[in-house]
Amino acid sequence: MSIFDRFRVKENTSANIARERLQIVVAHQRNKDKQPSYLPQLQREILAVIKKFVDVDMDDVAVDISQENMTSILEVNVTLPS
Amino acid sequence: MAKIIVVTSGKGGVGKTTTSAAISMGLALSGKKTVVIDFDIGLRNLDLIMDCERRVVFDFVNVIQGDASLNQALIKDKRCEKLFILPASQTRDKDALTKEGVEKILNELSETFDYIICDSPAGIEHGAQMALYFADEAIVVTNPEVSSVRDSDRILGILQSKSRRAEQGSSVKEHLLITRYDTARAAKGEMLSVTDIVDILAVPLLGVIPESSSVLTASNQGTPVILDLKSNAGQAYADAIRRFEGEDLEMRFIKPVKKGILSRVFG
Repeated sequence: MSIFDRFRVKENTSANIARERLQIVVAHQRNKDKQPSYLPQLQREILAVIKKFVDVDMDDVAVDISQENMTSILEVNVTLPS
Repeated sequence: MAKIIVVTSGKGGVGKTTTSAAISMGLALSGKKTVVIDFDIGLRNLDLIMDCERRVVFDFVNVIQGDASLNQALIKDKRCEKLFILPASQTRDKDALTKEGVEKILNELSETFDYIICDSPAGIEHGAQMALYFADEAIVVTNPEVSSVRDSDRILGILQSKSRRAEQGSSVKEHLLITRYDTARAAKGEMLSVTDIVDILAVPLLGVIPESSSVLTASNQGTPVILDLKSNAGQAYADAIRRFEGEDLEMRFIKPVKKGILSRVFG
């Protein structure tokens, strides 16, 4: 380490940026791994049903499963066009 | 009953084969009868790293397909009589590895060996899944670099869901091995530190292998780097073996070498 390095702000090192990016991507990945394998199919079929009535996109339907104590919660979020 | 250990990483080029060679040689030198299997069908390389490429007659796939017996295919290491190598086939047929075939060979090896080391191919496809499916323990090789860490996390997820142990409701014992670690760059904040990687992956650390020119020299010559005990990398692998066998050793080569006052001022 040269003497000039000591004045550099430690927070912005590229290693710190790498760590923060990885923490986010890994947390996301692990959530996905925990989800049941039928979820993408479920999302597609829900979308197909809604499409019969309203014109929505794949991106407008979010399906999530979360765990709270002993209950699993299936959360379906549909953004309808205004 | 042998213990089956997979050396895996997801990402390619991080040091799986180097590690497989070093770990298997280290275990064999400590007196354990060890066999190392190359699962990288079509891209055989362990034979080169172990200096037995000219002695390959039959391979893994030959044995699975019943064209050769295990004894015909196993190559005895010239340096350590406890170590055997089962080379990969150079066939292009990647589906040559069947789960039943692999299981049969592992069972047969299990009767006479203490350790079976499975050198996984890169990726998460069939070959990599076959290499990890029967594992009791896994050594996940990671470089201090974003894509390698992410892929290691992915492979950990697969170990926890698609291995035989996971299917049976138990788990594969995981070990993290960080390779190509540059202490000086990590200290400057130019490279993920050991702490960063262990925090992100949350797997017990088996060892840290420093970036070292001796690794290339070793593979040039077909000598597992663990035999070069003058090198930092060789010593770090030897430490990892002792930790694997249950010793509590402090990590070496994770802090930068202290420099003199002049180089400290001028960098």
